[in-house]
Amino acid sequence: MILLDRVTKTYDRRGSALLRVSLHVEPKEFVIIVGPSGAGKSTLLKLLTREEKPTSGKIIVGGIDYETLKDRDIPMLRRRIGVVFQDFKLLSNKTVFENVAFALEIASISNKEIRHTVPKVLDIVGLKGKENSYPTELSGGERQRVAIARAVVRQPKILLADEPTGNLDPKHAWDVVGVLEKINRFGTTVLLTTHNQDIVNNLKRRVVTIKDGQITSDKAVGRYKSS
Amino acid sequence: MSLRRHLITFERITRTGVINFVRNTWLAIAAIAMITITLTIVLFLIITNATFTNTIAQITDRIDVSVYLKDEVTEPQKDNLISQLKSIDNVKSVRYISKAEALKIYQQQNRDDIDLLVAISQTDNPLPASLQIKPDDPNRLQTIKDFLEKTEIKKLQSEETSYSGDRKVAIDKITKATRFFRQAGIAGVAVFIVVSMLIIFNTIRMAIFNRREELGIMRLLGATTWYIRGPFVVETVIYGILAAIISVTICNLVFNISASTFEASSLGLLDINYSSQYFAQHFWVIVGLQLLIGVIVGSVSSIIATRRYLKFKSQTGD
Repeated sequence: MILLDRVTKTYDRRGSALLRVSLHVEPKEFVIIVGPSGAGKSTLLKLLTREEKPTSGKIIVGGIDYETLKDRDIPMLRRRIGVVFQDFKLLSNKTVFENVAFALEIASISNKEIRHTVPKVLDIVGLKGKENSYPTELSGGERQRVAIARAVVRQPKILLADEPTGNLDPKHAWDVVGVLEKINRFGTTVLLTTHNQDIVNNLKRRVVTIKDGQITSDKAVGRYKSS
Repeated sequence: MSLRRHLITFERITRTGVINFVRNTWLAIAAIAMITITLTIVLFLIITNATFTNTIAQITDRIDVSVYLKDEVTEPQKDNLISQLKSIDNVKSVRYISKAEALKIYQQQNRDDIDLLVAISQTDNPLPASLQIKPDDPNRLQTIKDFLEKTEIKKLQSEETSYSGDRKVAIDKITKATRFFRQAGIAGVAVFIVVSMLIIFNTIRMAIFNRREELGIMRLLGATTWYIRGPFVVETVIYGILAAIISVTICNLVFNISASTFEASSLGLLDINYSSQYFAQHFWVIVGLQLLIGVIVGSVSSIIATRRYLKFKSQTGD
């Protein structure tokens, strides 16, 4: 589903963010990427959404080779990948319903289908009854669940979650992780970056550790190593 | 993508554009004012140009060459002269005015001067018969002149030929003035189009700056370039359409007022009557042209303004 082959990303000013990183993720897998801040986790996700281009190396996601991907095809690629951001990236002047519907509007989905799909997804993430609230009226955990609803409403094969629990207290963090696991059970490949030790140790999933732009360990059932 | 999906997208883009237009009232007013000024100048340029062209055509039409014939010229001589004249390249028409006709015209022109009328009718008709030659091109009278200067033709003439020379000088002046106005107008239009485009750039950039977060999120969620750009283009096209309507309305008012104010209906060379007539006759063409220019100015500037904000990162470094 996701294949990175010796991917290097170099920034002019800061040196290498990623150095010859190779990673293979199977469909329907749940992979946690851990590592200290600045290790290259976010860069990795940005390469997958094609926000950044690798300096060298090969990236293939869902059969699409990024090397031959044209700019005009980037929107189509992004519609196939759901992304959840640490800072939510919700539109503050739109309601919960409208924020989720927004992702479908962009993809030219009919209003009828939007009215049908959005409530179902909001139900899955546990936001039934909050349709008409604005993001500012919600708690951090609820906002993040709106963001997840928006990311999965188009039923992507891949969900990338960039530190979705970073701004949340433990209880809300576990709510969010619970939603991600649920989505994974529906068949979506999930890539989760975090540095929350508690979550990593309790999820019992594949853990990939990145440090200084390189993968230092890749365990089928991993634990967080603080060293 | 199916047609239905295109329609859905088009409808959403248009709706967003209209909503943005309503929200950015003050920016919109500034941009509309600039396009209106530009369009109004274009409109006045077109009408002034048409009016001048018309004035020149009218004056040019009055230019002719009058050949006065001696009384002893016989009928065959006259006919021969006419057919010879008609065979000259630049001659449009030749009209013969007999002595009797000349007298009639003279009496008509001096209807109110009884002394003159009495003097003329008492003696034998002193007016010569004449030939009025209208040229195709008043600027090329030389061929006609050359012909008339031949001795055997000269013999038939009683007086010096009249070439309407003074009028030609006037025409040259008008032509020069027209050319100047046209050039000045085109320069003015160019300047105002550039200025109004710059103002639209600014308007759009401010709008983009205000909404940059939203646009960034749209990008990340996979919105196409046109899905993001479309509403801005719709917004500026509305500017263009409104400006065109305002501009045509202003001109309409100006002509209505001037038609009732200037009874003489003429300001020097500018024949206001003709101008408003021209405006009325070409009303829909003018409306169409104004709309076209307004829409082009609006859409082109918004497309350029949004371009650099919508680029994907294509460089591999930072």
